[in-house]
Amino acid sequence: MSESTNALAHQFDDLEQQARSNTLGMWAFLATEVLFFGGLFTAYVVYRHAFPEAFAVGSKHMDVVAGTVNTAVLIASSLMMALAVQSAQLGLRRPLIMFLLLTMTLGAVFLGIKAWEYHHKYVENLVPGVNFVWEGPLRNQVQMLFLLYFIMTGTHALHMVIGICLLTYLVLGARRGRFSREYFFPVEIIGLYWHFVDLVWIFLFPLLYLIGLHL
Amino acid sequence: MTVHITPRRTYYLVFAVLMILTATTTGVAFIDMGPFNVVVALFIASIKAVLVVLFFMHVLHVTNLTKVFVAAGIVWLAILIALTLNDYLTRGWDPISRPF
Amino acid sequence: MSPIVTELPKIHYLNAAYGLKSWLLTTDHKRIAILYLITVTLYFFLGGFFALLVRLELMTPASDLLRPETYNRMFTMHGIVMIFFFLIPAIPAIIGNFVIPMMLGARDLAFPRLNLLSWYLFMAGGLFTLYVVVIGGVDTGWTFYVPYSSVYSNSYVVATGLGVFITGFSSILTGLNFVVTTHTMRAPGLTWGRLPLFMWSLYATSLVQILGTPVLAIAVALVGIERIWRVGIFDPSLGGDPILYQHLFWFYSHPAVYIMVLPAFGVVSELVQTFSRKRIFGYKFVAGASIGIAVYGFLVWGHHMFTTRQSVYAGLIFSFLSYFIAVPSGIKVFNWTATLYKGSVSYQTPMLYTFGFIGLFTIGGLTGLFLAAMGLDLHVHDTYFVVAHFHYIMVGGTVMAYLGAIHYYWPKMTGRLYPDAWGRFAALLVFVGFNLTFFPQFLAGYLGMPRRYAAYPEEFHLLNVMSTAGASVLAVGYLVPLIYLLWSLRHAPLAGPNPWGARGLEWQTPSPPPTFNFEKTPIVTDETYEYSLEEEEVV
Repeated sequence: MSESTNALAHQFDDLEQQARSNTLGMWAFLATEVLFFGGLFTAYVVYRHAFPEAFAVGSKHMDVVAGTVNTAVLIASSLMMALAVQSAQLGLRRPLIMFLLLTMTLGAVFLGIKAWEYHHKYVENLVPGVNFVWEGPLRNQVQMLFLLYFIMTGTHALHMVIGICLLTYLVLGARRGRFSREYFFPVEIIGLYWHFVDLVWIFLFPLLYLIGLHL
Repeated sequence: MTVHITPRRTYYLVFAVLMILTATTTGVAFIDMGPFNVVVALFIASIKAVLVVLFFMHVLHVTNLTKVFVAAGIVWLAILIALTLNDYLTRGWDPISRPF
Repeated sequence: MSPIVTELPKIHYLNAAYGLKSWLLTTDHKRIAILYLITVTLYFFLGGFFALLVRLELMTPASDLLRPETYNRMFTMHGIVMIFFFLIPAIPAIIGNFVIPMMLGARDLAFPRLNLLSWYLFMAGGLFTLYVVVIGGVDTGWTFYVPYSSVYSNSYVVATGLGVFITGFSSILTGLNFVVTTHTMRAPGLTWGRLPLFMWSLYATSLVQILGTPVLAIAVALVGIERIWRVGIFDPSLGGDPILYQHLFWFYSHPAVYIMVLPAFGVVSELVQTFSRKRIFGYKFVAGASIGIAVYGFLVWGHHMFTTRQSVYAGLIFSFLSYFIAVPSGIKVFNWTATLYKGSVSYQTPMLYTFGFIGLFTIGGLTGLFLAAMGLDLHVHDTYFVVAHFHYIMVGGTVMAYLGAIHYYWPKMTGRLYPDAWGRFAALLVFVGFNLTFFPQFLAGYLGMPRRYAAYPEEFHLLNVMSTAGASVLAVGYLVPLIYLLWSLRHAPLAGPNPWGARGLEWQTPSPPPTFNFEKTPIVTDETYEYSLEEEEVV
C-alpha cells in the first residue's frame, strides 16, 4: 500500500479523487481534440461539397488496400490497448507490458504503411506544395483533396507518434512496477487517448479512401 | 473505488464486429449506390466509433459527467459543421451571391 | 472593519521558499498566479505602447508620424498582444489561478504541474511574438485574414501564428485545469448551488476555452501551412475559399470575446455583493446566464461576416440568433443593479471600477445590438463604430473589472493594503480617460471613418484629437496604480485576512495564505454570500 500512497499527489485527498480528476481531464482534452480535428473535417466537408467530381477522381489514386489494412491494424492495436488497460485494472504486470508493447508495435506498423503510402504519392507526383503534377482537368480541385489528405493524415500520424511516446513512458513505468490495482489511471487515460486516435482514423478512412471507387 | 472490469470475451467480440464492419465498408464502396455511398460509409463509421467509445473507452460504465463531456465534443463539432454549411448550402439562393 | 493587524503570518506562500528556482519550478497556484501577474502586466504595457503610437499617428489627418506600413504593424501588434497576451489570460490566469483553489477550499488546482506548463507555453508563445516585434512586426490585423496573411503580406506571419498557436494551448490547458478542479476539488458541503459566482463565470469561460480554442489553432496552422508550402487551402486562385478561414476563425474568436468578458462578469458579481453588503439578486439567474452565454455564444459567429460572400440567408440567421445573446447579458446587468438597491454601498476603489464596468459594459453591449442588425452593420462595418463598441466591452468592461479584481485581491496576494485615495483617483482617471478616448470614436465611425488607415479626412480631426487626448489620460490612469501598488509592497499597512469583511472561503485564510491555503480542509455549511441576514427581506 505504501507504493500507492506515494502515487497520491499532494493536492488530492485520496486516490479515488485523483483518478476521477485525471479521467475527467483526459475526456476534456479529448473534447478539445475533437474540435481540433473538427476544423479539418469542416474544411473537408465544405470542399467535398464544392468539388464532388474532383474528389471522386482524385480519390482513385488512394491505395484502398493499404487503407483497409491500416484500419485493421489500428483497430487491432486498439484491442491490445484495451487489454492492456484491463491487465492494469487486474494488477497483472507482465500481461500489461506485453499488451503495451503489442499496441506500440501495431502503431509502428500503421505508421510504416502510412510512410510507404506517402512515398508512393511522392513518386506519383501527388504531393501539393512539393511536386504536385496533374495533367487532367480540375487540377486545383484535385490538389485540394490531396492537400486535405496530407494535412489530415499527417495530423493523425503526429498524434500516433505522440501516442507511441506516451506508451513508451507507460512501459518504462510498468517495468519498474509503478502501477497497481489501486493506481493504474495513467494506463487508463493514455489508453483513452490511443482509442481516440483510432476513432479519428475510423472516419478518415472512408472519407479519404472510399469516396470515388465506383465512378 | 469500484472499477468495472470488462471481460476479455467482450473485447474480442467487439473487435470481431469492428473487423467485419471494416470489411463491409470497403466492400460496399465498390457498389454504386449514388449519393447513398456516403451515407452508408458514414453510418458504418459511426457504428464503429460508437463501439469503440462504449466498449474500448468504457463509456458504458462511466459517470454521467463523463458522458456529458463526450457529448459536448460531438455537439460542438455538429455546431461548427452545421452553421458553416448554413452558409455554403444557401449560397446562390439569392440573386446577389454566387454559388461556391 | 477587521481588527488592526500588526504582523504578517510567519510562513506564507511568498516566503515558503526563496530563490529563482523556487519560483520557476513552483507548482503552487498562487506563485504561478504571480508569475502570470508579472508577465501579463508587461504585455499590457507593451500593447498599450503600440496603442499610444496608433493614437499619436491619428492625432493629425495626414500619415506623418508613421508610414502607413508601420501603422499597419502597430495596430496589428496592439491587437495581438492585447487579445492573446493580456485579455484572454488576465482574469483567469492571474485572479482565477490565485483564488479558485481557495474559493473551493482546496490545496491546489487538480493539475498543478499542468498549470506550470500552461505558464511556460504562454511564455513560449509570448517569446515568439516578442521576437516578431523585434525583427519587424506583422501587419495582417489580429484576425490573420486570408488571402492577405497567406499570400500577400510580407511580414512575419508564420512566427506570429506559431506564437498564437502555442499560447492557445496554454489557454486550453488552463481551462481544462479549472473545469476539472471545479468538478472534483470542491470542499465538503460546497455544492454547485453554493459556488461563488466567480467560479460559475470561470467555469463557463473554461468551457469556451476547451471547445473553441482548438479550432483557432487549426485555422492558424492552416494559414501557416499555406504560407510555408505555397499551397491553397484558402486561396481562391487555387480553388480555395477565404470565407472558410473566416468561419473557422470566428467560430473561436466570437466566443473568445466571452472568454475575455465572462471572467469580468464573475469579478463584478463578487465585488457588487461585497461592497453593497447584500446577497446577489437572483443567484441562479446570474449563474445560469454565465453558462448560457458560453454555450449560446457559439451560435452567432457569422455576424462578423455580413459584408463577405457569406450567403445572405446565413447572414439573416446569424443576425437573428445574435440578438438573443443580449438576454443573458441583460439579466446580469439588471441583477447587479437590483443588488445595489437598498444595499449599504461603500465607494472604495474596487467598487468604483465595478460601477465603471456596469455602465460601460451596458453601452458596449447595446451598441453590439446595433452591429448585430445586418442592415445597420453594412453601414458601419469596419468603421470606428466597431472599434468603439469593441473597446467599450474589452477596456470599459474587462480591463475595468480586472483592475477592480487586482485591487480587491491585492491584500490577499501581498498581505498589504494600498492607499485607497490614490486608488479612487486612478479609477476616476481611467473612467474619464476611457470615455474621452472611445466615445468620439462612436461618432467618427457613425460618420463613416474607416478603421485601420493611417490617414483620414480633415472633418474627423477634432474627434481624433479628443480621442488621443483621452488615451493620454487613460495611460496615466494605468500608470498610477502600477506605482502605488508597487509602493504598497513595502510601505502600506497590513491587511489581515479579511479587510473588506467579505464572505467566501478565500477570506477565511491568512493574507498572504500558506502554501496549501488552509490549515485543514474547510467544511461548508451555508450559502457563500450570507451578508447581514436582516437585509434579506428587501430581496
